[in-house]
Amino acid sequence: MASLRLLLAKPWIWSFIGALLVWLATIAFTGGYGGGGMITAALSLAVFTVIVGVGQMFVITLGPGNVDLSLPANIGLASAVAMKVMDGNDAMIAVGLLAALACGMAIGAANYLLIWALRIPPIIATLSASFIIQSIDISYGRGLQIKPPPGFADFTNWQILGIPVLAILTVVFTIGAAIALQRMIYGRSVLAIGQNIRAAWLAGVNVGRIRFLTYTLSGALGGLDGALLAGYFRGANVDIGNEYLLASIAVVVIGGTSVAGGKANVPGVWGAALFLVLLLTMLNTFGVSAGVRLLLTGLIIVGVITAAGGQKALR
Amino acid sequence: MLKANTDIIRLDGAEKRFGAVRALSGVDFHVRAGECVGLVGHNGAGKSTLMHMVAGTLMPDSGRIAVRGGIEDHYSVPRALELGIRCVFQELSLCPNLSVAENTRINHASLSGFGWRRQAADLITAKLDEIFPGHSISAADIAGDLSIGRRQMVEVARAFTVTQDPLDLVILDEPTSSLDAHTAGQLLAFVRRFVASGKSCILISHLLGEVLGNADRIVVMRDGKVVASDAAKAFDRDRLVTAMGGAEARQKAAAETASRPSAGPLRVRARPARQEDGKELVAHAGEIIGLAGLAGHGQTDLLLAIFAAASRARAGIEVTAPVALVAGDRQSDGIFPQWSIAENIGIRSLARLRSGLLISPRREAELASFWREKIGIRTPDMNNNILSLSGGNQQKALFARALGSDAGIVLMDDPMRGVDIGTKLEVYDLVREEARNGRTFLWYTTETEELDNCDHIYVFKNGRIVANLRRDELTEEKIIQSSFGDAA
Repeated sequence: MASLRLLLAKPWIWSFIGALLVWLATIAFTGGYGGGGMITAALSLAVFTVIVGVGQMFVITLGPGNVDLSLPANIGLASAVAMKVMDGNDAMIAVGLLAALACGMAIGAANYLLIWALRIPPIIATLSASFIIQSIDISYGRGLQIKPPPGFADFTNWQILGIPVLAILTVVFTIGAAIALQRMIYGRSVLAIGQNIRAAWLAGVNVGRIRFLTYTLSGALGGLDGALLAGYFRGANVDIGNEYLLASIAVVVIGGTSVAGGKANVPGVWGAALFLVLLLTMLNTFGVSAGVRLLLTGLIIVGVITAAGGQKALR
Repeated sequence: MLKANTDIIRLDGAEKRFGAVRALSGVDFHVRAGECVGLVGHNGAGKSTLMHMVAGTLMPDSGRIAVRGGIEDHYSVPRALELGIRCVFQELSLCPNLSVAENTRINHASLSGFGWRRQAADLITAKLDEIFPGHSISAADIAGDLSIGRRQMVEVARAFTVTQDPLDLVILDEPTSSLDAHTAGQLLAFVRRFVASGKSCILISHLLGEVLGNADRIVVMRDGKVVASDAAKAFDRDRLVTAMGGAEARQKAAAETASRPSAGPLRVRARPARQEDGKELVAHAGEIIGLAGLAGHGQTDLLLAIFAAASRARAGIEVTAPVALVAGDRQSDGIFPQWSIAENIGIRSLARLRSGLLISPRREAELASFWREKIGIRTPDMNNNILSLSGGNQQKALFARALGSDAGIVLMDDPMRGVDIGTKLEVYDLVREEARNGRTFLWYTTETEELDNCDHIYVFKNGRIVANLRRDELTEEKIIQSSFGDAA
């Protein structure tokens, strides 16, 4: 009983409860049919939200005003870069992934450069950067749908016993991110800056370097995500990252990370990503129209945040 | 009865506490019609608290306020304005995005309808012409674009403008702090004319000459009490300084001075950015250096400059050891409100708490429990949130953060604000002990008694070092003379 109460006090538990409820509602509707397949599909799709969500989480944790709005454009450009470098050749997969990572890191570093050198608020800096990135992407990709190498496409769809390998690798990555957040100097510094940037500076935290690293990390994860998405959906595309603007922020918030900064948690990103994907599946299964689907998605997200937030206020 | 009627305002037995701090303890204060009262005292003597009560922004915890003999039970700012009592506070309060005329309109609700902007402009321009003839301020100027001196001129002039409400008493809190000698003279001459016309004024200034030359009566405050009140003629500079600082000679512990090791290697050499002569602050290992003078005269700026110089070289500042800072403003510069006490202490020492790449929870707990014993942080569990501690204990945690680090130099930015006396004495002992072990302390304090712990004191005025006192030549009078020096 005590351990249950402890579990309920965790801010991330609500997103998992939400995901579970949505899943149960769906299989109740289908009469138990397709429950397993639904989880497999949800895991496959949630991975992409989790990867950028973790990057966004570190950025948001830096404190009020910090957010990376350039992720969709970043994903789009990196997917094109990865596919062009791989050029349909299995031998170039690793090089292509590295190129996508480098592209993302460059974007993240450029974002921070704008924020630091020109003193532009992060929201404006990353938003304007995203327009520039998008134009580069359009002229670079030229609307060509470049196919991924067959080995890479297979890898992104590879499953063991119904569990996508990419999801397993992402779980390992998120465990690493959670450790970095709580147990490494980097994570502690991010949390300190998010609570009070001036106090963090006066306590000896290298504020500039940590912020630079965080935006670069977010950019790198966006780049990686672009490459993986291109593999999974069999081709790069300018619009491939569009839905990850809101999704990356939504999973951070639903997952229990404080928008005010200084308080973050990684498991919640997983729970929230699964919740969002399952919610979409549920509404599709119910056969509601696109308009109603968007309306319900919005209302349910508001509901979950209120439930999780209300719980926090009680303590 | 006759006397009561000539009092514009009268406070009897006014008391005010802020948490553990007793800002005012039983103050009697009054201002008569046609009188300029000078109010002097150290930072924290209670002047501002008292003036906030006169202006209606603060209510006394106990005591009575009477205006023209009538007891005011529900005194407030609107009521004060209605009764003709106004205040120009030290903090400049003009809206920086509005013009001078628009700022004037804020205080005069009766300026309405078409042409209010022109009426307000005429009103403020006439008053500026009257007080500061030859000023070059236009009513259309945006307040934020004016220099700080001109903003202060507008602020003062605005307080003297009259439309609907009467005007009988104006409180001027450091009205000349940003004015040059010429405009300050214009203002003081106007104040004399204002008082001669039967109105009243309270003048607060750290420039004792100004107060002596312009007030009819002088009230001296110290430690939340009125310690002297007499006609201005009865005071001279020395008597004022003595009344403000307390004449009792301080017994210096000569033995302790002797027991200190002679100066170790150089740790800090710093020249304030605005210093024009060759004076600079020098600190050696094992020394406790005091930074004194009035609040906000460049002490904190120099500490921050030294802090920044430790990680990135700066012109004019030499730092030869790691630096840690103990913030005085805990909420904005010190604590991390989401974290436990242990995490708050550990943040300055993360590199040493690692084993491999990860921070070791065991070492973090050891550091926390060591300092819990050593500095006496009163809590059942160091994993409790930092906000569960009282203010004094939060401050101890900040000391633990700095003293538990590898820093050879500890900067203290008036860290004892709002800390009870018991905690203070414990921390003083600890600071002396750490200094004997070779640490260097740079200690900015607004409390003169704390300077007794220092080996060497630099007195600041207007961002510059104006005096450099050895421990054996340290007297309170000397510090006050230097920091109030009109000529310096």
